Amino acid sequence: MAIYEKLETRPAPLGVSGPVKWIKENLFPSPVSSILTILSLVLLYYIVPPLLNWMIFDATWTGTKEEITKHGARWIFIYEKFNQFMYGFYPENLYWRPNLILGLFVASIVLFKKIKHIKVRASILILFPIVSFILIHGGLGLEVVPTTKWGGLMLTMVVASVGIVVSFPIGIIFALGRQSNMPIIKTISVLYIEFIRGVPLITLLFMSSVILPLFFPEGVTFDKLLRALIGVTLFQAAYLAEVVRGGLQAIPKGQYEAADSVGLSYWQAMGLVILPQALKISIPNIVGSFVALFKDTTLVLIIGLFDVLAMVTLTTSDPHWLGFETEGYVFVTMIYWIICFTMSKYAQSVENRFNTDHK
Amino acid sequence: MKEHKKTVKGVAFYNNPKIRAIIYQILALAAIFLFTYYVLHNMFINIEKRGINTGFDFLGNEAGFGIISTLIPYTESDTYGRVFIIGILNTLLVSGIGIFFSTIIGLLVGIGRLSKNFMISKLCLVYVETFRNIPILLQILFWYNVVLAALPGPRQSMSYMDAFFLNNRGLYIPRPILESGFMSVIIAFLIAIAAVVYLAKWAKKKHDETGEEFPVFWTSLVILIASPVLVYFVSGSPATLEYAQLKGFNFVGGWTFTPELLALSFALSIYPATYIAEAVRAGIEAVPKGQKEAANSLGLKNHIILRKVVLPQALRVIIPPVINQYLNLMKNSSLATAIGYPELVTLFAGTALNQVGQAIEIILMTMAVYLTISILISIVMNFINAKIQIKER
Repeated sequence: MAIYEKLETRPAPLGVSGPVKWIKENLFPSPVSSILTILSLVLLYYIVPPLLNWMIFDATWTGTKEEITKHGARWIFIYEKFNQFMYGFYPENLYWRPNLILGLFVASIVLFKKIKHIKVRASILILFPIVSFILIHGGLGLEVVPTTKWGGLMLTMVVASVGIVVSFPIGIIFALGRQSNMPIIKTISVLYIEFIRGVPLITLLFMSSVILPLFFPEGVTFDKLLRALIGVTLFQAAYLAEVVRGGLQAIPKGQYEAADSVGLSYWQAMGLVILPQALKISIPNIVGSFVALFKDTTLVLIIGLFDVLAMVTLTTSDPHWLGFETEGYVFVTMIYWIICFTMSKYAQSVENRFNTDHK
Repeated sequence: MKEHKKTVKGVAFYNNPKIRAIIYQILALAAIFLFTYYVLHNMFINIEKRGINTGFDFLGNEAGFGIISTLIPYTESDTYGRVFIIGILNTLLVSGIGIFFSTIIGLLVGIGRLSKNFMISKLCLVYVETFRNIPILLQILFWYNVVLAALPGPRQSMSYMDAFFLNNRGLYIPRPILESGFMSVIIAFLIAIAAVVYLAKWAKKKHDETGEEFPVFWTSLVILIASPVLVYFVSGSPATLEYAQLKGFNFVGGWTFTPELLALSFALSIYPATYIAEAVRAGIEAVPKGQKEAANSLGLKNHIILRKVVLPQALRVIIPPVINQYLNLMKNSSLATAIGYPELVTLFAGTALNQVGQAIEIILMTMAVYLTISILISIVMNFINAKIQIKER
């Protein structure tokens, strides 16, 4: 019987857990990976500290233009022009009107979840756009503000929300049309969708701003903003139609058959059975196309509307504030980034919620 | 069956779904015809009242304006028809540049996001989330009005090896001037390509028969580079480089990339790359993990797994959204008009429209070009899609 000598107990290996192990596994697992990590750190070293210095530590926040001594960002420019970035040329004493709309919007979102009554919900949905329009435009005793005075982030929001709200029913109708059994209806829908999706938004904006007035009798005038809204809505409807079509295609055939066998009419079947499910599936993509629309609203500056991006050019051409483009662009970039990032994160969270349903 | 017919007979004709469908369609067509008639009728009246010219005769007229960068020769005495062509060519040029660079960046970033290296994957994530959420028009304007405008003037321009110059007038790089003997270099290159194709086929056959690997990639690379270079020197260097040189207040000679083209190229590469990166990531993630594990357990090397197991399956998922991005990129090149780069929209729907005033013809022609390119790309997409789909019984 062989006798084996017992090995000495060795100490436990060092760093099998904790930060050391994490760094080894995630930052320096192999030579190539280590080099990449070091290169990334060098890159960050050259980008992050100077950026932070410019944006925060060396920045001038308050005071007057003449007091600027540091090399950082001069945020006093934004401070000075903030109202123009937000409201354009909207009369200063009437700022409360767009502000009130924003307040109402937030309030109705909060209330909407609590109200279970479907009729109250529906009336909020219908009343909100009407009240907003009267508030922002005037009428009914309120002083009228012509659309030429609308501008800044307020105008961006008007274009985006009108585009979203109006294009929604149109998009659904074209999506249904594309899925329809009626050949003529189907052809019309396909032609519309493919034509609009095949050309850049800017050519549609040009078309609605240059050609549209020719289509109507001389007395009929279209305001510049309305023309832009028509272009944006036509565009968005085509993209939304494709998104909804995706949802419609995902509905099992049995659902259609079930609705038929219960004896529902086409519109009943669509409105009560098919569309609610199709729209629910499409929510992430619908939000995605809203984000795209929100980014695309910047194009209205090309046909001469003063959205929040166009405000950079306008405010920096003020003789007293020449040379502040960088601050202006960075500020507008942050506005867009925050809004779009929030929206796309929301879309992702919805997508994840639906994903867990299936798995 | 009989009963069913009976009930259909029993109901009023307007409740018969078939007849109703026909009525709906006739109504829809009638509405469209009436609307079109109304619109066209008004249009003709308006055209007559305002004395607007119609027709496409203007295409033969002299344009009379200069264009800062063109791919084919152009002078102010050329026609609007030529302006139209130049616009299309410049649109294709910027779209091509954008597609090239956004594909490379998108591939790298998409693969980087899946990297096990924490720094790399997070940096790629930050890249995607940053640039995807900023409107592309804003990016174009930022590059043009902030970054490129901040570059020094020609006299203080940044230079690299006295051959490449960058200043606020643009980027200058040496231009090769080909002499007559250069044809032989091109022929050598073509022969090299043919040789590489033959080599690849031979290597595959050998691998199939004997299982031996032949380093096809490196051999091909050597053949492709060495043979034209060799012929180039043997035939007495039949090409020279023309360097840009500072003359007076500006650089002359060489190839010039104007700030407009640079800003547009940056934006059209960086923005679509975020979407391409996401498509690449989604495609690779869509390959079942078991496939990689199976390949691993066979003892295949990592790059072989990537090339022969993962990529062929991932590409099926990647290609359709990427081609959609190419389409968007091509349409977004129209934003060049915001900074005045002379592509189709700037030249034709902008300058030419202002001079000629024939909005209907010009806008429709412009739209037709984009529509044609879109349709062509879709056809190619469907063709590729059909080719890479898994063949099932």
